[in-house]
Amino acid sequence: MATISELRVHRGRRAEGWLLVLSWALAVLARGLVDYHADYLELGALTWYAAGFAVAAAVLHIALRIFAPDSDQVVLPSVLGLIAVALAEIRRLDFAYAARGRDTDFAGTQIGWAILGAVVFIAVLIVIRDHRVLRRFTYTAGVLGIVMYLLPAVPGLGKEINGAKIWIGAFGHSLQPGEFGKILLVVFFAGYLQTNRDALALAGPKVLGMRLPRMRDMGPLAIMFGAALLIMINQKDLGAALLFFGIFIGMVYVATERISWVVIGLVLFVVGAIGAGIVFPHVASRYDAWLHAMDPQVYSSGKSEQLVRGLFGMASGGLFGTGLGNGRPDLVPYAESDFIIPSLGEELGLTGLMAILTLYVILVQRAMRTAIGVRDGFGKLLSAGLGFALTLQVFIVVGGVTRLIPLTGLTTPFLAYGGSSMVANWVVIALILRISDQARRPAQSPETRTDPATAPSRRRPDLEEAAAQ
Amino acid sequence: MNDPIRRLSVVALFLFLSLMGMATYIQVLHAGSLNDDPRNVRTLYREYGTYRGPILVDGAAVAESVAVDDPYGYQRQYTNGPVFAPVTGFYSIVYGRTGLEQAQNSLLNGTSDALFWSRLGDLFAGQEQQGASVETTIDGNLQQVAYDALGSYTGAVVALDPSTGAIKAMVSTPSFDPNDLASHDTASVNQSYAALIGDENQPMLNRAIAQLYPPGSTFKLVVTAAALEAGYTPDTKIPAPDVLTLPGSTATIQNYEGESCATDGQGSTTLADALRVSCNTAYAALGMSLQWEGIDRVARSLGFEDSFQIPMTVATSQLPVDPDAPQTAQSSIGQFDVRSTPLQMAMVAAAIANDGVVMKPYLVSTVRDNSLQVIDTTEPSVYSTAFSAQTAQYLTDMMVGVVDDGTGTRAQISGVQVAGKTGTAESGTDAPPYTWFVAFAPADDPKIAIAVLVEDGGTGATGGKVAAPIAQKVLQAALDGGQ
Repeated sequence: MATISELRVHRGRRAEGWLLVLSWALAVLARGLVDYHADYLELGALTWYAAGFAVAAAVLHIALRIFAPDSDQVVLPSVLGLIAVALAEIRRLDFAYAARGRDTDFAGTQIGWAILGAVVFIAVLIVIRDHRVLRRFTYTAGVLGIVMYLLPAVPGLGKEINGAKIWIGAFGHSLQPGEFGKILLVVFFAGYLQTNRDALALAGPKVLGMRLPRMRDMGPLAIMFGAALLIMINQKDLGAALLFFGIFIGMVYVATERISWVVIGLVLFVVGAIGAGIVFPHVASRYDAWLHAMDPQVYSSGKSEQLVRGLFGMASGGLFGTGLGNGRPDLVPYAESDFIIPSLGEELGLTGLMAILTLYVILVQRAMRTAIGVRDGFGKLLSAGLGFALTLQVFIVVGGVTRLIPLTGLTTPFLAYGGSSMVANWVVIALILRISDQARRPAQSPETRTDPATAPSRRRPDLEEAAAQ
Repeated sequence: MNDPIRRLSVVALFLFLSLMGMATYIQVLHAGSLNDDPRNVRTLYREYGTYRGPILVDGAAVAESVAVDDPYGYQRQYTNGPVFAPVTGFYSIVYGRTGLEQAQNSLLNGTSDALFWSRLGDLFAGQEQQGASVETTIDGNLQQVAYDALGSYTGAVVALDPSTGAIKAMVSTPSFDPNDLASHDTASVNQSYAALIGDENQPMLNRAIAQLYPPGSTFKLVVTAAALEAGYTPDTKIPAPDVLTLPGSTATIQNYEGESCATDGQGSTTLADALRVSCNTAYAALGMSLQWEGIDRVARSLGFEDSFQIPMTVATSQLPVDPDAPQTAQSSIGQFDVRSTPLQMAMVAAAIANDGVVMKPYLVSTVRDNSLQVIDTTEPSVYSTAFSAQTAQYLTDMMVGVVDDGTGTRAQISGVQVAGKTGTAESGTDAPPYTWFVAFAPADDPKIAIAVLVEDGGTGATGGKVAAPIAQKVLQAALDGGQ
């Protein structure tokens, strides 16, 4: 934990400025193409959009200059690039639905969500001036996280949409509190693991060459983890359960540096996955749709129809895609949300999809680099956890629609239509940038190194005891 | 904690790489089979949404796509539809495709691999994908003349360039208008289709290549070729009894209307005279003495029992299997199990015109992409050498005799020597016979070879009366056009 790696840092935020110009150009071009192909191109409207996007980018840029001047410069342009492409594609789907007589304004709503997300992003940067204050709320975050996951079970508040009980109705909108619960639980894990990492890593009986943690160290973690997992499984939110499990294993591994945790986790996962397939029929049918997707019987039963339609879309896109506005992504159900990746794959081709995935790779790798660069263990765990959460979320959705793994419902960060996901992921980005600001700030005074939050604050007689044995 | 974070970021990278790999698999490696999946309606939608190349006759479109303001984007239009329908076929959003529309579909819609570079060019030029244009070998004027000459008859005309095998005319009557089926109004398409399918005259049947008929006396050309190859000459005397009793039975073969065709006192005639007057008894006897194997070999080298792609698939003309003597006698006059398409009989005429060399028939001369680059040209190719040039010369002289003062006098053209052969084949009990005429002209320097078939020429119809005048008109038009 004491390892500190100095980052080579490009100071100032000029690079970010230029990259933001690129993502702005991408946004205007993409929307222009969509409007053009829909014969809906009005220069006035496009100008307003261009101006609005420019203002938003400028405000975000200035906010970072003020509140996190040393933070990573490529993260914000990457996020805006993803949003730019997604807004164009969602608008394109609006046109497609309109042509079939279904009046939707997903794009307009999504612009609203993106703006709200950006506002929340700036708010987080203003309110949380140092990420280490979050550590004080370790248990609060844990309890709040669980409460968030439980909210949909509250009668009158919870709503079931498409078979998953993960929604609550509020102010005429549907909200997925789990998206925020995910962040809170990552905060809890980071705080708890940071405090107890040595105990988890070193103390405890040895079984089969692996040191198992003691119950008193493991207890709160196990309870929190088990509770969240049970709630998600009960809500039939398999994607979130898988995501949560993966984040947990990843963070515990980072904290304890013990591969045994990963092994135990993977074994449990395989057992759990097989068990769930046997116990829950809806899980078994997911496996069936995955393994035998192209089977005419499975297809016509509807189990794999959506998945296969998505595959057809991607295949018809080929290497270069049909072009924005020229494909038929609307032939796939939920083309604007769960299946936005096949929509983009169809119209932008493999080339476009690779570019999008590369933007995610950049985001994740910046989060990981931040984790390596930041000096405090809590920051390391939080940043790595958030980065890994982003990775798994993309992997589970894209892997699902490309038939790499069974399809589960999850949103693609910044791409899929939906407010909770958009706002929650903006919060994730705000936290990563907040930590990176710390990581890249030049270490001028010794005070910054001996922050009270990271300095040894209490003795651990139990640990000394364990080490003596 | 940095080492596990590094490893974790490697794991993250690996996860993204596996996603990229899977996307590559779907969008590139597996894309072909996904696109071909019949459940993938995209392929269909896209096809109707892109500009489909035209089918050209003499450089003018007989089938073309015009941009229209409806969900399909383009409307297929046919010029002079019924005349060219056997060539173009139809292109329907409900009933699929036939004819060249089907056989050249991937070129017309632009998905063919041959158009890869063209597509790449469109991509970078920002143009939408465009199909290739297909130029046919059809001579538009000849096609029209043949269609008019058939008039109200049910039948077919095929005209070939004997030296190349290029199909200059291919007509089938009664015909239909492909425009009725290409409409985007599904209800009216359904109505038209039902009417066409319900019509007992089968207007959508391409009689030139898709229907088999007994070739009747026109098959005597094949038998004659076999005899000449076996050492006969036009002057060889062959028996020509008034009535031929078939061996091992009481069945008999007689000549048309019971006439006698012996030219000497001993009941014999020459091979040339037998062909000139189309003597059934002489040919039945000749066939039996030649034995079936000899005839079979010549027939096969002329294309019988083989399937041609012109590029539409041509029905396989059939020969009897192991016929006994009476069956050989029947087959030698083009009855029993001998079945032929009009195209096949045109090929027989063309082979005689071309010194015994059979050229592969073809309908498409050139395919060009949308920038008019030639991406495919059909080079004439030899199918086989069916018989010697000497045999071809003998046959030509004998066929000139048929038109000069034999059964085919109504095919005469003033100033031009026409070589021809009539055919009248039983179509079944009591039904009027199928009448045939195959010919080429000029006899000394053949420019055109044709086969005419009329299914129902009325009572007392013969090839000479019904089919020969039609052939005469087409030959005349072909020779006028060539000057």
